[in-house]
Amino acid sequence: MIAESPSDVPWLTLITFLPLVGALFILLRRAMSRDDEQHLVDQAARNVAFWTTAIVFVFTMGIYFLIYDKDETGFQLVEQVNWLGQGITYKMGVDGVSILFVVLTAFIMPVCVLASWDSIKTRVADYMTAFLVLETMIMGVFSSLDLVLFYVFFEASLIPMFLIIGVWGSKGEKVLFGRTISSRVYAAFKFFLYTLLGSLLMLIALVYMYLEAGTTDIVQLLQYDFAPGVQTWLWLAFFASFAVKMPMWPVHTWLPDAHVQAPTAGSIVLAAILLKMGGYGFVRFSLPMFPDASVDFAPLVFTLSIIAIIWASLVAFAQEDMKKLIAYSSVAHMGFVTMGLFTGTQQGIDGAMFQMLSHGFISGALFLCVGVLYDRMHTREIAAYGGLVMRMKWFAAFFLFFTMGNIGLPGISGFVGEILPLIGAFRVNTWVAALATLGMILSAAYGLRLYREGVFGVIKNEALETIPDVNKREGGLLAVLAALALYLGVNPTPTLNVFETGTDYVLARLEAGVAVAETDAAEPAATTTEPEGVH
Amino acid sequence: MTLSDNVTLLLPELFLSIAAMVLLLVGVYLRGDRAREVGLGAAVCLVAAVFIVLVTGHAETVSAFEGAFVDDTLARSSKAFIFVAALISLLLADRFFQRERLARPEYPVLILLACVGMALMVSSTDLISLYMGIELQSLAAYVMAAFNRDSRRSTEAGLKYFVLGALSSGLLLYGASLVYGFTGSTQFDAIAAVAGGVESPVGLTFGLVFLISGVAFKVSAAPFHMWTPDVYEGSPTPVTAFFAAAPKLAGMVLFGRVLVEAFPSLIDQWQPIVWLLSAASMIVGALSALVQTNIKRLMAYSSIGHIGYALMGLAAGTEAGISSVVIYMVIYLIMTLGTFACILSMRRSEGMAENISDLAGLSQTQRGLAFAFTFLFISLAGIPIFIGFFAKFFVFMAAVGAGLYVLAAVGVITSVVATYYYLSVIKTIWFDEPQTGFVRENGPAVRLTAALASIVTVVGILVAIGPLRAVAEAAAAPLF
Repeated sequence: MIAESPSDVPWLTLITFLPLVGALFILLRRAMSRDDEQHLVDQAARNVAFWTTAIVFVFTMGIYFLIYDKDETGFQLVEQVNWLGQGITYKMGVDGVSILFVVLTAFIMPVCVLASWDSIKTRVADYMTAFLVLETMIMGVFSSLDLVLFYVFFEASLIPMFLIIGVWGSKGEKVLFGRTISSRVYAAFKFFLYTLLGSLLMLIALVYMYLEAGTTDIVQLLQYDFAPGVQTWLWLAFFASFAVKMPMWPVHTWLPDAHVQAPTAGSIVLAAILLKMGGYGFVRFSLPMFPDASVDFAPLVFTLSIIAIIWASLVAFAQEDMKKLIAYSSVAHMGFVTMGLFTGTQQGIDGAMFQMLSHGFISGALFLCVGVLYDRMHTREIAAYGGLVMRMKWFAAFFLFFTMGNIGLPGISGFVGEILPLIGAFRVNTWVAALATLGMILSAAYGLRLYREGVFGVIKNEALETIPDVNKREGGLLAVLAALALYLGVNPTPTLNVFETGTDYVLARLEAGVAVAETDAAEPAATTTEPEGVH
Repeated sequence: MTLSDNVTLLLPELFLSIAAMVLLLVGVYLRGDRAREVGLGAAVCLVAAVFIVLVTGHAETVSAFEGAFVDDTLARSSKAFIFVAALISLLLADRFFQRERLARPEYPVLILLACVGMALMVSSTDLISLYMGIELQSLAAYVMAAFNRDSRRSTEAGLKYFVLGALSSGLLLYGASLVYGFTGSTQFDAIAAVAGGVESPVGLTFGLVFLISGVAFKVSAAPFHMWTPDVYEGSPTPVTAFFAAAPKLAGMVLFGRVLVEAFPSLIDQWQPIVWLLSAASMIVGALSALVQTNIKRLMAYSSIGHIGYALMGLAAGTEAGISSVVIYMVIYLIMTLGTFACILSMRRSEGMAENISDLAGLSQTQRGLAFAFTFLFISLAGIPIFIGFFAKFFVFMAAVGAGLYVLAAVGVITSVVATYYYLSVIKTIWFDEPQTGFVRENGPAVRLTAALASIVTVVGILVAIGPLRAVAEAAAAPLF
């Protein structure tokens, strides 16, 4: 049995839908204003967006530190209301797996709003509305305890992101099938359709699970045993969705496009939170609900993860565009996550979760750094920079810190997030661990190259002579992110303990899956099952 | 059962028929530009008809006229939805017809007659009453398509619709006669009894195929969809709005009733056919829409695709399948009427704008309309949090429940393709550079419908899906 402790106050609903209220407020303010008050509306939108996200952050902190019991396993703050009837309800709740992602979201969102404070100049009200709606969707993804509800939030989060990339993305054109199209439109469509295809396959699996188990309550499904043959198909369908979201090689190609075209805050939210939905999905659904299939497919995931780690690192090394480089580095880091998750070991799974959290801060900060440069120079070409250390000493310091964090320097959170999955992998398969370690070396190669060419050296580009250092707002954001990455790196235990309260159950289910796999191997004739129900 | 009992059951249809004739006479005597008053009268009659349906409803299934007509939860709920949809499309037409100088008292009368036809369609349990219902609805529709007599496109649409419609009626009749020939009855339960016998005649299957083809034409399922784009494009826009909504619901309910009530034992024969119709419609709807530039044509292919999804529920052939069809069609009704209200708002001083490119940058010129379009199109694409998602969710559920995995997979892929063109419209609205705005004189009915429909697409998931599911399940129950 998984424990569920209900909550008298609907805290999770509150923090999920509060941003939506802010969004409606902005829309109303916009609708009631005259055309000549545009700048007033813009400023109001910025303020509303900041204060809404800030209040959500305060609430979330209150929940995390005061209400949520960090030592308890099972689901807390559970709310349940009838929704579609017959086993489909509106159910929210968090446990050790999800609570820190809720916290991460609540933290990253105000950062995004502040990061776009000056750099977004057109249609500010719409922009802030889109971000607030996005926050609602993401909060919903991490706190829903009903599969249909989860799916609704999971897929709906595509819409605001589509608009953010398409409307406020960078300029530029690309030729596709002989037609010239705007590359941000291309990126927005690619992002949406790629993810949608994966999600719809998951929808079919979800429907099947509902018909078989009679409920979409995640807590009950976590305890439901699907037949091994069925698990294979369900696992594949869920994998299609989460692998795209993650993204894993070879379905990662939407990510560099989306990152390059998105505005700075869009990149931050994409790298820091949206990618984590994939990893969260693996931990929440694939591993504990289909443990037998997860064990069977682990070699496949390992292979894809290793390819992602090595290949994406090599590709990152060859990039000329800063954002593309960081995007490919994200693909590589997510390779560590998938590898760690499917080792089925305590270190592997907790380490993967930790890596997701840490990557949220570090990659978010790196994109913020690129955004700082882009706002000043309007280019992301590495070649256009060089010698920044002469003019931007604070920026150079922060950028160095986060580059080192990305490489995995001990003391910064990135190290913990890479060493733990490696330990987990080593316990399962030495080769996987060895090849993944190679990826760590490569990450140093591209990380140091970016830093050397971008920040060190002499100033070649004359426009850089007068480039101002980070302002207070940017410096403050980077300092907070750096402090968090440092804290997580020096003292990871409390965080890992929180994850452990949630992943213990996942591990137990997986061990049961291993047991089944071993009996399978022992008497193959007796337990061979045909994939059922599939024609 | 006495005649008066029979007549009581037929009350909504009788009321609307009499109302139509009275309004026709009034229209003739009043002459001149009194079309508005007739329209208003027809609207009041439709509201009254909805009340009659709701008030006189029985809990149980009652059949009348010796099994030719049935009054059950499916028929009643369908009638209520049909009348409401017809009412809305009638109200949408008001300002448009005035502007285009097309306002004539015949139009509301035709709508009422079509409603009688549709009511008969969803209530018929006999091949003859079924045919009468279809023909009454179709004949009214042919005239409405050609309502703009001075326009070549409208006349062409009417003629095309008529010729192809007559052909499909022929197929339907031929099928009906084969079925009658091999079973000796036109009543659904008698047919079902013979078909379920030990030796079900082969000729019956032939009849079934022709029957299905005829009905597939009426709901514009591929490969019987050829008329749809031309008729949608050529007809005056409010008429298109009418075609796209209520008759589709009536057609799908009739389709379900014929297959499930008359041929329950032949499911192995008709399931593959419906499967094919469904897959073909989804594919044609998705692929052909990709290259459209006219928004009415786009909606035509979109409706073909949506019928494909609804047919997926029908192909399941189960109770969950039929209820998913009802859910799908009701949600589709809301989205379609809302979308056409938006399309009716696309007017420039020189006339109606019908190209998708006319929507460029709408988000910066007319925000309300831009939001309505965006919500409705995302909903049509079936992306949550909009109600269009739940329409798909329930048909997928029916299909998976019946083991139709391949069909569900086709649905997934076409739905991604379809999302591309819906997103393209949204891209035009949000990403592109603005053009001159539209004239804001489309009347309260259009604005209200667009606003309400787009709000319902969002708020609906909170409050409407659960009750709708309950209604649809109650409606599907008497068939099994």
